[in-house]
Amino acid sequence: MKKFIFGAFLALTVAFAHADLKVFATVPEWGALAKEIGGDKVRVYTATNAFQDPHRIEAKPSLLAQARQANLLVAVGADLEVGWLPLVLRDSGNPAIQAGRPGYFEAASVVNRLDVPTSVDRAHGDVHPAGNPHIHLDPRNVLKVGEALAKRMAELDAPNAATYQAGFTAFAGKWQAAMGRWEKTAAPLKGVPVVVHHQSFVYLTRWLGMSEVAALEPKPGIEPTSSQLNALLARQQTTPPRMILRTAYQPEGPSQWLAGKSGIPAVLLPYTVGGTPEAGDLVGLFDDTLNRLLKGLR
Amino acid sequence: MHKQFAAAAMLAAAFGAQAADDTDLAAIRAQIADMKQSYEQRIAALEQKLAQAEAQSGAVAPAAPPADNSPASPSPRSAATSASAFNPEVSLIVQGQYRQMKSVAERGITGFFPAGGHAHGDGAIEGINKRGFSVDHTELVFAANVDPNWRAQAILGLADGEVEVEEAWFQSLGLGNGLGLKGGRFFSGIGYLNEQHPHAWDFADAPLMYQALFGTHANYGQDGVQLKWLAPTDLFVEIGAELGRGANFPGTDRNGNGAGAVAAFAHVGGDVGIAHSWRAGLSYLRTRASEREGHFEDVGGLEAQGLFTGRSSTWIADFVWKWAPNGNPQQRNFKFQGEYFQRRETGNLSCLDEEAVGNACAAEPTAAYRTRQSGWYAQGVYQFTPNWRAGLRYEQLDSGTRDFGAIGSLLAVDSYRPKKATAMVDYNWSEFSRMRLQFAQDKSMQGVTDNQWTLQYIMSLGAHGAHRF
Repeated sequence: MKKFIFGAFLALTVAFAHADLKVFATVPEWGALAKEIGGDKVRVYTATNAFQDPHRIEAKPSLLAQARQANLLVAVGADLEVGWLPLVLRDSGNPAIQAGRPGYFEAASVVNRLDVPTSVDRAHGDVHPAGNPHIHLDPRNVLKVGEALAKRMAELDAPNAATYQAGFTAFAGKWQAAMGRWEKTAAPLKGVPVVVHHQSFVYLTRWLGMSEVAALEPKPGIEPTSSQLNALLARQQTTPPRMILRTAYQPEGPSQWLAGKSGIPAVLLPYTVGGTPEAGDLVGLFDDTLNRLLKGLR
Repeated sequence: MHKQFAAAAMLAAAFGAQAADDTDLAAIRAQIADMKQSYEQRIAALEQKLAQAEAQSGAVAPAAPPADNSPASPSPRSAATSASAFNPEVSLIVQGQYRQMKSVAERGITGFFPAGGHAHGDGAIEGINKRGFSVDHTELVFAANVDPNWRAQAILGLADGEVEVEEAWFQSLGLGNGLGLKGGRFFSGIGYLNEQHPHAWDFADAPLMYQALFGTHANYGQDGVQLKWLAPTDLFVEIGAELGRGANFPGTDRNGNGAGAVAAFAHVGGDVGIAHSWRAGLSYLRTRASEREGHFEDVGGLEAQGLFTGRSSTWIADFVWKWAPNGNPQQRNFKFQGEYFQRRETGNLSCLDEEAVGNACAAEPTAAYRTRQSGWYAQGVYQFTPNWRAGLRYEQLDSGTRDFGAIGSLLAVDSYRPKKATAMVDYNWSEFSRMRLQFAQDKSMQGVTDNQWTLQYIMSLGAHGAHRF
């Protein structure tokens, strides 16, 4: 009987220990990274999925309810979530995750951002004064963010600090091995010219040495019209790009139209975890991205 | 490594001979696989380190990666030291329209206590009556965090010869436990539409319900405090209460100690799957009026003035449901919203003949006054491409019970059900600009069918606006 009570008590504590740290991740990639680092010590809520444009989310009631309960908020930053996250934070009644507190983590703040505009004017579309926020498609950034995130998680949940460090070390080992593999398999992509729907892949193309020759959106965040696409098509006749890239959440119309007219293959990339069935985790995301790029090259 | 693998396999085999149990075998296989994987990872990591070490020791930095390519340490961009770095977020809403409708001398809603206009400047035509081209008031918004504990925001309505403080409040950031405190002048949290400024409306004008409840301004704002609490549950549950001055319609400014108005609201909401989200709410507002003036008609059709003194209480039920494929509103989305209200007013009504037109109120009688009125609206807005949206709205009010006591025989007490049907289509170049064409058939005044056309523009400059639910 005593044993039974002890066992029940143990089971109970184990059950509670399962959520030592409640993480609210704004996007799937950082939710997945927090899970890699924290394992069963964290409960991760991911506010958006791979089919949602993180620019365009609204401060939904469900997001407020989750932000209220979180210990750690993992955001991209660089104004990606500017339309909804500040509102969610303010109305959450949760001081722990307000900007500037330890419970607020911004991934873009620990990496070097590309495309930082020298002048900011909405005549150039929905520009981000802090630079391009789609930082996770360079795997070296993922490692940087992982290191900083593990440190932050250890700081917030000191009793499990060792677990988070070990979690990150294991992830880093796995990641570095995978990076070596990716860089080898991606060699044929070097110098390949591509057209993108939106500037979602700057970090990916920079990492792989591909060259982005044009974007389908005339200005960031503004959908192209058919006449704009026609003009784009005419401009691409001299040095035709090899692929037209888009994310899972962007409309297929414009890239399919251009693909139909020009014969250049339109390639859907998962962009983030869950964007394709194969991109089930971070490693899968890059495996599948390279796979699709190489397939598009053929 | 192969040796180790073989040894492990032999060990496993030896074990297997003694207790050849399938689950044991599976466990051993898994362990071996684990070992194999971890060794492979370590070797790969070591190879990587070796490669890095070789690269670093290789003479005078052979082809260091271009600075912008290395995901190195964060680069703090030119440290802002000037005082202007702390300037608040500023945004400006520029809004106006072309409107074509009937000329009606005293526009109001038949059967409802006239809620007093919101005219900018003496002798001006009230905004609601303006025909042809006109500019709405220009809205200037300042907002910033004050310090780690507080945030503040001011919204100024600019019009010819007038600056109106529409909102000016501070909000807590650090109370914790789901609590949020707001103080100052703010739009009350009652209903769904009440907190939204006109530029956020899905139609060019407010629903009749809001005009009947709060006047042509169509928002209930007050000076006071608001306390909100968000429950620590996965289902969104929020309750809030407000104490305020209660100076605005349906109350009046009474210059007294204590609270002139009390409001309370509760919201629940959540998601259904990934494509649907919803919110439902119930709100209550109680305030008092002292000699609240309104224009009436006497039994002979002459103008008379009425002064109401008493208590006004309002219930509002609201519901919002949104759909977007995969929860991504960028391409297509649909929004349904509906609200219902019931208002009771009890007190006294005095009837006057201020302009000495010889109406039935020459004796300035006062009698008991009791009303119970209701109304609703429902609207749907569909965004069918990233740029285009179309919407329909239908609304109906019920003048309900109007008991004017002894004065009932002097004044014309209309019993009427005002109705209005509205259709709109708008084009959005970006999140920040919108052009809207709206047609409405307005039967809010008995005996008048007003076909209204509105072409409206809304431009937002400056800081990125919030995507409210």
